[in-house]
Amino acid sequence: MSPHTGQRIVFGLLALAAAAVVLPLLLVVGYIVWQGLGAISWEFLSAMPRNGMREGGILPAMVGTVLLTFGTAIAAIPLAIGAAIYLAEYARDNWVTRFIRLCIINLAGIPSITYGLFGLGLFVLFLKLGTSLIAGSLTLGLMTLPVVISTAEEAILAVPQSFRVVSISLGGTKWQTIRHQVLPQALPGILTGIILGLERAAGETAPILFTVAAFYLPQIPRSPLDQTMALPYHLYVISTQVPGMPLTIQHGTAVVLLFFVLSMNLTATLVRSRARRRRPW
Amino acid sequence: MGSLLSWGKGRVSRWGEFAVEGFIRIAGGSAIFLVALIFFFLLREGTPAFWEVSFSNLVSTRWYPTFGFYGILPLLYGSLLVTTGAILLSVPLGLATAIYMREVAPSWVREILKPLIEVIAGIPSVVLGFLGMVAIAPLVRRWLDLPTGLTAFAGSIMLAYMALPTIVSIAEDAIDAVPKAYRDGALALGATHWQTIYRVVLPAARPGILTAVMLGLGRAIGETMAVMMVTGNAARIGREWAALFRPVRTMTATIAAEMGEVAQGSVHYHVLFAVGIVLFLVTFAINGVAATIALRGQPHRGGQLMR
Amino acid sequence: MLPQVLEGPQPRFQVRNVTFRYDGREALSHVTLDIPVRGIFVLFGPAQAGKSTLLRLLNRLNDLVEGTEMEGQVLLDGEDIYAPGCDVIALRRRVGMVFALPVALPGTIRENLTYGPRLSGTHDPGELEQRIWESLERAALWDEVKDRLDEPAAELSGGQQQRLCLARVLAMRSEVILLDNPTSGLDPLSTAKVEESLRQLKRDHTIVMVPHSVQQAVRIADWAAFLLDGRLIETDVAQEVFSRPQDRRTSDYITGRFG
Repeated sequence: MSPHTGQRIVFGLLALAAAAVVLPLLLVVGYIVWQGLGAISWEFLSAMPRNGMREGGILPAMVGTVLLTFGTAIAAIPLAIGAAIYLAEYARDNWVTRFIRLCIINLAGIPSITYGLFGLGLFVLFLKLGTSLIAGSLTLGLMTLPVVISTAEEAILAVPQSFRVVSISLGGTKWQTIRHQVLPQALPGILTGIILGLERAAGETAPILFTVAAFYLPQIPRSPLDQTMALPYHLYVISTQVPGMPLTIQHGTAVVLLFFVLSMNLTATLVRSRARRRRPW
Repeated sequence: MGSLLSWGKGRVSRWGEFAVEGFIRIAGGSAIFLVALIFFFLLREGTPAFWEVSFSNLVSTRWYPTFGFYGILPLLYGSLLVTTGAILLSVPLGLATAIYMREVAPSWVREILKPLIEVIAGIPSVVLGFLGMVAIAPLVRRWLDLPTGLTAFAGSIMLAYMALPTIVSIAEDAIDAVPKAYRDGALALGATHWQTIYRVVLPAARPGILTAVMLGLGRAIGETMAVMMVTGNAARIGREWAALFRPVRTMTATIAAEMGEVAQGSVHYHVLFAVGIVLFLVTFAINGVAATIALRGQPHRGGQLMR
Repeated sequence: MLPQVLEGPQPRFQVRNVTFRYDGREALSHVTLDIPVRGIFVLFGPAQAGKSTLLRLLNRLNDLVEGTEMEGQVLLDGEDIYAPGCDVIALRRRVGMVFALPVALPGTIRENLTYGPRLSGTHDPGELEQRIWESLERAALWDEVKDRLDEPAAELSGGQQQRLCLARVLAMRSEVILLDNPTSGLDPLSTAKVEESLRQLKRDHTIVMVPHSVQQAVRIADWAAFLLDGRLIETDVAQEVFSRPQDRRTSDYITGRFG
C-alpha cells in the first residue's frame, strides 16, 4: 500500500471521527426539539406549574434562571475584571504571579458539585444566608470567575501597546490609560467572555442544588433571600423525581433551557465577530 | 509653569486612582485567597468524618449510609470506571477531530464544525443527562440486551461528550501553534501530508495535547448531572469487564443525590464533605499537572508597557 | 567645539554624566550634554547609538520598561527630573513626544486632540476648541481637516496622521517637543510639511529630534549632537558639527564612510 493510499484511509477515518462527534449529538438534540416543541405554548412559558408540576407552565423556573444569571453577573464581573486588569497591566513576572495563574487554573478545574458544597458550607450555613438567590448567585459567581478572568485578560493583552504609550506620553496616569484607552478597546472581548461565562452558569445544576434551588415553588421570588426554582434543576427534577410526568413537558423544558443557553452562545459569537470587523487596529 | 518637584493640583484624584489600583491588586490576589478558602471550608466540614467514622469503615466496599456503612471505595471505583470509559472514547475521537479540523478538512467544513463544537460545549450537563436518559440509555439497553441502559457505559458516553469540546479545542490550538516551518521542512523532504502530521506536527504539539487530555480528564471526573441521571446509581464494585454494563455510582452523583437529605452536622453530612475533599484533591492534582504542562515555557506577557 | 556645558541663559535640559542600562547592557555611557531653550536640537548617529534612549530619558518614558538602571542626572530648567519627589505626569505634560509611526487614537480627530488636555483636567469646551484650532494651525493641518473634525482620525493619510500626532502634543501646550524619527514612514511631501512646521515651532519651543537621515539633520538642525555606541562624541552648533566636525568618527559618519 503506497503512503498515499494509506493517507487517504487515515484521512477518511479522521473525517469519520469528526462526524461521529457531531452527528449523533445533532440527531439527539433534534429528537428532543422535535418531541418538545409540541409542549411549548404561551401558557407553558407564562404560567405557574400546577398539579405537582405535571401541568401548567415553567414561568418560575425561567424567572429564577434569569435572576440567577443577573446575580452571577453582579457577583463575578467586578472581581473578574479587576483580576484580569491586574494580570495584564500590573503583575510582574515573578513567582507570585505564576502562583496566581496556577490558582486560577485550579479554580477553573474545580468540579461544579464542589462549588455547590462550598456554597452550602460558606454561604448557606456559615454566613447564614440560607438557601437563597444570593447564596446561589455567589456560588455561581465564584464558579464563573476563572473563565471571565482568562478571556478578559486575553482581550486586554490584545490591545496594541502603542495606544498605551501614546496615552502615557501625553501625561496620562496608568489608570487613566487603562480606563480611557485599554478597557474601551478590550470591551467586546471582555463582553464575549462574560456572556460565555454566564451561559455556563445559567445551565449549571450542581452548584444550585443546595444553595438556592427549590423543588416546587410556584411563585416569583420577591427578595434576594428567597429560594427560587431554576430551569436546570427543574429539568432534573421533573425527569427523575416526579412519577407520571408527561414526556412532552420534560422535552419542552429541555428545549427552553437549550434555547436560553444557545441564544447566549449566539450573542457572544455575534459580539465577537462584529468587534473583529470594527477593530481600530 | 510650576516646579516639577511640587505636588501639583489633581492630587485628590490621585487618591481615587490609588483606591482603584488597590482594588485591582486585591482582585489579582483573590484567586489565591479563594482557592485556599474553598479548601479550608471543605476541610472544616469534612475532617470530622475522619474521627466520627473508623478508617476501616471508610475504606470498606459498602456504601449504605442509612445503615452506617460509609465505604468510599465503591464511589471512587464508580468515578474511575466511568471516567476511564469516557477518556477511552473521547481522547481518540477528540484528537482525531482536532487533527481533521486543523489539517485535513476543507475550510468550509471547518467553518461549520467549529461553531458546532462550541455549541456542544454550551450544552448544559443536565440536558446531556436528560438526553442520556431518554435517548441513549434505552438504545444501550436494546443493542446490548441489558436489563437496564442506566449503566456505567451510558455514563461514559455522556461524559465523553462533556469532555470532547474541551479536548478538541485545546488540541486544535496546540496543533495550530506548531510553526509552519516544521511542516514545510518535512514536506520539502518528500513526506506526505499524513506523515508530516504523524511524525512532525503531533510530537511538536505534544504538550498542548497532553494538556487537552488532562483538562478533559478533569472535566470528566468532576461532572455530576450528566452521570447522575444515567449511571443508575448503585454503589457497587464489580471486578469483571461486565461491570461496565451495570449501574454504578460516582462520587459526584453521591454528593448531589444525598446532600439534600442529610441533617447538617450529622455523620452522613461530614462523610459527604469528606468525599468532596477526595474529589477536590483528585481534580486538584490533575489540574495541577495540566497547569504545569501548559504554563511551562509560556512567558508572562502582562505588566510591562514596553519591551 | 562648544563646551558641553553652556554658559549664558540656563539651558532647557542639562544631562549630567548619565549612564543607562537595559538588563545590564549599557545603552548610554557617561553622557553629558546641554540642550538650549530655543531651536531644533538634533541627536544623530548610527543605529543602536543610544539616540532614542537618550530622547526617552527626557520625558521619562523609559520608566515603562522593566529592568533598567539609570545613573546621573537630567535637569529640566534646573530641576532634576529623576529626583524622588518629581511629578512625572506634570513632566510629560510639559515634554511631549511624537513617535516614529503615527498612532492615531481610536476616535475622531477632535477626540484625539482633546484627549491629552482632558486627562490633565481641562474640560471647558471653549478652551478645548481654542486648543484644537491652535494646534492644527501650527501643525499645518487646519486647512485639510477643518471640515472633518468629527470624523475618525484613522481615515487620515499617513502624513496627515503624523501631523495630527504633532498637533496632539501642541494641544497640550508643551514647552518641549521630542520627535523620534517622525518622518521615517512618510513620503517626501509630508516630510517637507513636517519639517516646515518644526521650523515655525522652534521659535517658541524646545525641539529635540532624532532625524531620519543626516541630510534631514543638515536641513533643519540648529544644534546637533553625534552619538556612537552610547557615547557622546561631540556636540555644537549644527553648522560647526556638519561642516567642521572635530572628531574623525563624526566626519566619517557624515560622509557616509560607515552607517
